[in-house]
Amino acid sequence: MNDDTKSKETTLSFEKIKQDVLRPMQNHRGLELWIVFLITVISVGAWAYYVQLRDGLGVTGMRDYVSWGLYIANFVFFVAVSLVGMLISSILGLLKVDWIAPISRIAEIIAVAFVAVAGLVIVLDMGRPDRVLNVMIHGRFQSPILWDVTVITTYLVISALLLILPMIPDLAICKKEIKTAPPMLKKLYAILSFGYTNTPEQHKHLHKMIRTLMVLIVPVGLAIHTVTSWLFAATLRNGWDTTIFGPYFVAGAFVAGSAALIIAMYFFRVNYKLQDYITELHFDKMGKLMVAVCLVYLYFNVNEFLVPGYKMKSGDSVHLKELFFGSWAIMFWSSQLLGNILPIILMVNKRFRMPKPIMIISIFVLASAWFKRYVIVIPTMLHPHLPIQNVPDNYQHYFPSSVEITVTVLSFALALLIITVLAKIFPVVPICEIADQKGIDYKIEE
Amino acid sequence: MTQKTSDKSRRNFLKSFGVTVGAAGVVSSFSLLSAAKAAAKEPGETVNLLTADGQLVQVDKNQLRPTVNEPLDELQQRGREGIAGKSFVMVIDLSKCRNARKCMSACQNHHQLRADQHHINVLQMQDADHTAPYFMPKPCQHCDNPPCTKVCPVDATFKRQDGIVLIDNERCIGCRFCIAACPYSARIFQWTEPKDAEKYKDLTYNIEANVPQKKGTVSKCLFSADRLREDKLPSCVSACPNGVYYFGDRNEDAVTNGTSGETVRFSKLIEENAGYTLMEELGTKPRVYYLPPKNRAFEFNGDLLNEENLH
Repeated sequence: MNDDTKSKETTLSFEKIKQDVLRPMQNHRGLELWIVFLITVISVGAWAYYVQLRDGLGVTGMRDYVSWGLYIANFVFFVAVSLVGMLISSILGLLKVDWIAPISRIAEIIAVAFVAVAGLVIVLDMGRPDRVLNVMIHGRFQSPILWDVTVITTYLVISALLLILPMIPDLAICKKEIKTAPPMLKKLYAILSFGYTNTPEQHKHLHKMIRTLMVLIVPVGLAIHTVTSWLFAATLRNGWDTTIFGPYFVAGAFVAGSAALIIAMYFFRVNYKLQDYITELHFDKMGKLMVAVCLVYLYFNVNEFLVPGYKMKSGDSVHLKELFFGSWAIMFWSSQLLGNILPIILMVNKRFRMPKPIMIISIFVLASAWFKRYVIVIPTMLHPHLPIQNVPDNYQHYFPSSVEITVTVLSFALALLIITVLAKIFPVVPICEIADQKGIDYKIEE
Repeated sequence: MTQKTSDKSRRNFLKSFGVTVGAAGVVSSFSLLSAAKAAAKEPGETVNLLTADGQLVQVDKNQLRPTVNEPLDELQQRGREGIAGKSFVMVIDLSKCRNARKCMSACQNHHQLRADQHHINVLQMQDADHTAPYFMPKPCQHCDNPPCTKVCPVDATFKRQDGIVLIDNERCIGCRFCIAACPYSARIFQWTEPKDAEKYKDLTYNIEANVPQKKGTVSKCLFSADRLREDKLPSCVSACPNGVYYFGDRNEDAVTNGTSGETVRFSKLIEENAGYTLMEELGTKPRVYYLPPKNRAFEFNGDLLNEENLH
């Protein structure tokens, strides 16, 4: 990727914004190949899942002690990343932070893709996915799983609405401007633009709706990750049995989500040639935001590990010693250092908040965030209250099997495919919102 | 009026028919149902049926009646209700255990488990440095405040009136939340096709023994609820050669030793021997009581460091 920054003082007209944003939607270069690649990966993953269905979860590395493994860690990661939608477009949006306008749609696309796949990942982990409807038929509201199912579906719906509603004016433009679109897509634009012509009344109603949703998604967003943390915190296990898991997970989710957004911003800026819209200023601001959320996360990490580490209660001590100095030390410390401490130190410097350095830092942060979830889920399962005895050797360790890894790769490919398709058929940067912000007049014709 | 009666009888028919052919799947039951409806109009038509002993017979469609008793349903219902008036408890005398493991193998036989799957597991314990090691049989504690049943999203695992915590593997979705929630590591999962799955595949599921085991579902100790119904002691209790186990009813305040057959007062046994429950600080309120390993009948012959020396 080559990021040749254009001169910053380009004057924007509505025509230019429209062309710049709609161009990548009509230009296919390389896209088919990428989609074919993703579909191939998904097919291989689907085959691995078929093997798992046929032979049972025994094809994974999980056994009676580590009965939640890679899938659950990955599920937590997906839920975490999806929280960026709520952070950017709602919290910052409600605070009337105006620089988020060009990147809020990318944030919503990430949110929709990741939360949708998170819902799927949890089904992939089930021993009897054929009985998934039992959750509706025999659902018990006392179980945190029911809460999780409820809030994840709600979050998916609100996120999808928060993606589509602010896009209505842009889709009205797409309907008119993209002549080469296949008929199905044209129809989609026609339906989703709801005959919007930007009359003052339409504008008022639309923005009222968006604002309502922005308020609604804040508690739902908090809930999805808090409830996900309760899947662990509601048990009596060493390492999970803590009261700060909710906010700790939410803080970690903001870090992971911001990192994912920065990577996506960089990709769209370079590949879609959106340097005039996703500017250095946006990376700079995102860098500062990331430092802020990383500091909050660091604070929670200190609380989560230092306080029990100070006391070294009998159960916790086995667990914490394994994390700090034992077989999990490398993964634990590298996820803390590369995913939290070093990024803070680097990103307080302005030059590390330039697009390329911050994108590279974000890759480390995102990868560390993934491994951090792994460190949260698996070691605890290996340190139960009673000794692990009289079981085969492979019950006492955990390493994901190739089938498990392949199915997990599927989840990533699927999320990327959803993002690719959404970014292909929808303008990734809001045309009308930018024009509004720059004070450019525009008209949307029927 | 006639309309009403026919409606009612059809409803009854639908209800019982649905139960009968539930296993055959929705599709086939609908087609059978429409066949049966059609039969009412066209008398004399016959249908081929397979009898329980494998013979194909022809029956007049008008003669079709839904089966009255569905064994699975009955087993499920009484399994969920439990035995009225009982409150089962187990007492494990640690001073008598010498790791004979007869309890483990009897349990595995009863519940169709492989040798590495444990509803009951005899653990070598040492509570702290320099304290005496001992053997501790560990079944499900059948807690009165069970962390496992709380988290089940589908009510597949539940506590019934006589205190036993059961698992319904006809309903379990295999999320394994209960395994994560259990502090005693008492639950296992059928990761692959269970032992002898082919042999037992036609057996009607008995929730009180959780057999036949099913791939992709959770299994656990059930205090041999099916044997309790026949007034027998749990498999592990009966199999012990060393008098480790007492089992009985807290309401009657009586527990019976599985080896000697001697029945003693539960309260007195616990009181005189300083009985305790496992990890009582977690608030789970177990129904399995332990008597401390003092004045032992056998030397501790285990090796806490090397598992392989055990056998």
